[in-house]
Amino acid sequence: MKENFFQVRDLTKVYRMGEVEVHALRGVNMELYAGELVVLLGPSGSGKSTLLNIMGGLDTATAGIVAYRGKELTQATEKELTEYRRFHVGFVFQFYNLISSLTARENVAVVTEIAANPMSPEKALDLVGLTDRLNHFPAQLSGGEQQRVAIARAISKNPTVLLCDEPTGALDSKTGILVLQALERINRELGTATAIITHNVDIAGMADRVIHLSNGKIAEVSKNKVKKSASELQW
Amino acid sequence: MKALHLKLWREIWRMKGQVFAISMVVMSGVATFILFISTMHSLDYTRSKFYRDYNFADVFVNLKRAPDSLKDKIQNIPGVRQLETRVSAQAKIDIQGFSENVTGKIVSIPDDGHPLLNRLYIRQGRLPDPFKDNEVVINETFAQAHGFKLGDQLAAVINGKWKRLTITGIALSPEFVLVMKIGAMTPDFKRFGILWMSRKAISKAYDMDGAFNDVVLSLYAGVKEGDVIRELDNMLGPYGGFGAYGRKNQMSHRLLSEEMKQLRTSSRIYPVIFICVAAFLLNVVMSRIINTQREQIAILKAFGYNDFAVGVHYAQMVIMIIAAGVVAGIAAGIWLGKMMGNMYMEFYRFPVFIYTLHPEVLIAAVSVSVLSALAGTMHSLWKAARQPPAEAMRPEAPAKYRVTLIEKTGIGPWLTQPARIIARNMERKPIRTFLSIVGIAVSCATMVSSGFFKDSVDFMVKAQYVFSQKEDMTISFIEPTSYRALYELKQTPGIHDAEAFRSVPVKLKFGHRSYKTVINGIEPEGRLHLVLDTNFQSIPLPESGILLTDYLGKILGVQVGDVLTVETLEGAKAIRQVPVVAMAKQYLGAMGYMNLNALNRLMQEGNAISGAYLVTDSPYREKLFRSFVEMPRVADVFIRQNEINNIYEVMAKSMLYFTFIAMLMACSIAFGVVYNSARISLSERSRELSSLRVLGYTRGEIAYILLGELAIITLAAIPLGFFIGYWLCAYVANALASDLFRVPLIIELKTYTIAAAVVIFSAVFSGWIVRRKLDHLDLVEVLKTKE
Repeated sequence: MKENFFQVRDLTKVYRMGEVEVHALRGVNMELYAGELVVLLGPSGSGKSTLLNIMGGLDTATAGIVAYRGKELTQATEKELTEYRRFHVGFVFQFYNLISSLTARENVAVVTEIAANPMSPEKALDLVGLTDRLNHFPAQLSGGEQQRVAIARAISKNPTVLLCDEPTGALDSKTGILVLQALERINRELGTATAIITHNVDIAGMADRVIHLSNGKIAEVSKNKVKKSASELQW
Repeated sequence: MKALHLKLWREIWRMKGQVFAISMVVMSGVATFILFISTMHSLDYTRSKFYRDYNFADVFVNLKRAPDSLKDKIQNIPGVRQLETRVSAQAKIDIQGFSENVTGKIVSIPDDGHPLLNRLYIRQGRLPDPFKDNEVVINETFAQAHGFKLGDQLAAVINGKWKRLTITGIALSPEFVLVMKIGAMTPDFKRFGILWMSRKAISKAYDMDGAFNDVVLSLYAGVKEGDVIRELDNMLGPYGGFGAYGRKNQMSHRLLSEEMKQLRTSSRIYPVIFICVAAFLLNVVMSRIINTQREQIAILKAFGYNDFAVGVHYAQMVIMIIAAGVVAGIAAGIWLGKMMGNMYMEFYRFPVFIYTLHPEVLIAAVSVSVLSALAGTMHSLWKAARQPPAEAMRPEAPAKYRVTLIEKTGIGPWLTQPARIIARNMERKPIRTFLSIVGIAVSCATMVSSGFFKDSVDFMVKAQYVFSQKEDMTISFIEPTSYRALYELKQTPGIHDAEAFRSVPVKLKFGHRSYKTVINGIEPEGRLHLVLDTNFQSIPLPESGILLTDYLGKILGVQVGDVLTVETLEGAKAIRQVPVVAMAKQYLGAMGYMNLNALNRLMQEGNAISGAYLVTDSPYREKLFRSFVEMPRVADVFIRQNEINNIYEVMAKSMLYFTFIAMLMACSIAFGVVYNSARISLSERSRELSSLRVLGYTRGEIAYILLGELAIITLAAIPLGFFIGYWLCAYVANALASDLFRVPLIIELKTYTIAAAVVIFSAVFSGWIVRRKLDHLDLVEVLKTKE
């Protein structure tokens, strides 16, 4: 039995948008196991980003529990959450969020400088196939390249978990597949548990498990009998 | 346009912190502009009104004694309009309960009522009764300094005779707007007063019946003052005339003019600084606002608003941002101006200080602020109005960065990524970085220039009273006295040491230039009163020849080795050629120094002395002083410590006021620049900083990236501020230099320290506010959207 990294129990999130109360999550239960690649699938507004943000220690829950390796994130202090993000979890976002004043290598170094057990920035960039773009600034990189720098940055600390929020959302399909290949390789070679959020059904093919979210609830959890490789995907 | 107006209000409300910071700077600029210019105008107006209403004379002259019959001859000098002959004298005053030396200048008023020229403004009471010889009118500052009321009495030693006088009135005169004793550094209202007595009474006391020793006259418009003065000097020469002079050399008028010159200098510097800083801040803020509103601009234009309307919209925003500052600045300027007027009235006495604010000053203040603000934002406005809608709707291209110069120096590999971010940000916008540094430097410079005032006075006091004058008491005789008097003084118990001096009024001529002053003859081997060179080393007095204070050398255009024509204005009125042997450093006055013996030779007098420098034993000082006051031969007694105390007493108030204003201004600029820079960096980089937070950076670590840049800017600004401050002080010192005094360019370490501390404090305070905002960054929100 693989270690269960995340235990999510009855997770509820209500936030206010002006005058309106929005129920983003309505009692979600799920797990994420070591080495697993999970795709969280759902239309926009289904609550998948909220779930990922809470799991990543970026947002607080209204009720329920999220435990990372037995430690309740929902009870953690601001300082503990910062440490959690610093040492254990890697993020990839739709809009890359690179530091525009730093080169690819330096953007990765931003993380390796503060991490406990990092790999070298060069190695991280090699893993995403950007060895020849080390000294380029974000403004000199294509969208797909920028996203791969973001992935290199996320994995460079050797995180136990990689959380990706619509990593291909801003990319065309060809570039998107390159990015997914990078994620697949990390998952395979480093064994990093990976959760990918997407509304793109075709991406679900590369997952071990697919969690369908709808209207703040988990509608269905399915296992892929045959896991596709990222290069086989198309949309 | 209503919806647009609503947008305007809401946006301004949203930026209230920044608007406040800009308003502070605009307010400071407008306030100082109005303060200096309106005070200058008010002083000018108040003075000319007082001069006009009370018939201030144009030409003044003192002489030994001339018969009344000469009056008609003077009246016949072409150009003379009105003329008044007077009797004036110096007297020692004895005030019960005040055991220090007080001297008074007694001036006669005609027996038939008010003087024709230099008429008195009677604040209280009445003029003296011409039939009583013991009635006196005194000037207001003197009365206030001692709390005199009508009917109070004081005693005066008049022509050697002790006389009790009754105060019948308290008055002001255009001749004595500022009452200051000749040779003093600052006014001393306690120890020097003006006493007006009836002509009859003074004439009797001084044996001046049918004669006069003082003439004032007014001229017809367009008459050349110099011609009248020449004529007058020729006429009065045989009667012991000391040389006539015009208004510009009249003490009170002269000092007032110097004050106005100072105001004019200040009004040229400070408002300009503020307005430039405000324009820069607006530029930075507006270009940021317009950047964040690209989409909105595009939408407005897509809806059919034209370039002009969009431009007007943002111009309105600029004007509204500065409007509050302008209004507050006008109010503050008027308030400070009136306060400054009241402060002036403590020294410069007018019947009433008429605060005048010319509408054109207001118009200038408003239009300068608005125009400079618009000019500062013109570029951004133009960009906003010109953008094609489609382009504006597209997100802005990612910022371009380069490896910085500093990294290329070789330290690159040692920089942490946050340090790299700081360095690249600063280098990417070099102009903005540079102007931020200059802005903060200017606030530092403002503080330096305010502290400079005190430092230079301290230094002047030190140079004058510590390095140069070692005596603790100085006495002067009514007229030149035999050298024997010095031996007598030396034998007096309590007098430790005594050295004689001789002082002679002269006119110095070199080529076509001439200057009226005194030559001080001092003892060649003297230890008490030293003439110093630029290194504060004593210059030995040569057997013959003259030393000039360096500024006098400049006025006359002479150099060491040149030969001056010395025309003595006393005694035999000899005219001699004297070589200049050295230049002396002195911050007060412009005069010559000679060996006492050489001066006496030049005067063709025996061993005469005008007074003595004394070193006294402190237990005897009081007694000695009393005995000098009672000695008829002694005209005046100076006590060094009193002089020093008085300087600081007089200056304390105005110094406090100016330091307070400078501090306010410096803080508002430093806060305005730092806070706005920080806010703009925050809004430009909140996304980046949030990303770092997500990657596990702590609040402290991201604050370091944002505030580190500001810290570097602030720290870089401080030395530049010292430099600009020094330059500003040099400019002020140079602008204020006159034959009355030169401001030494001395800035103490303490002044620099305080300036730096004020700037750092303002920066830390703004940083603290931004840090609090940083702690509330919404990580999720920022990541969701694309910039």
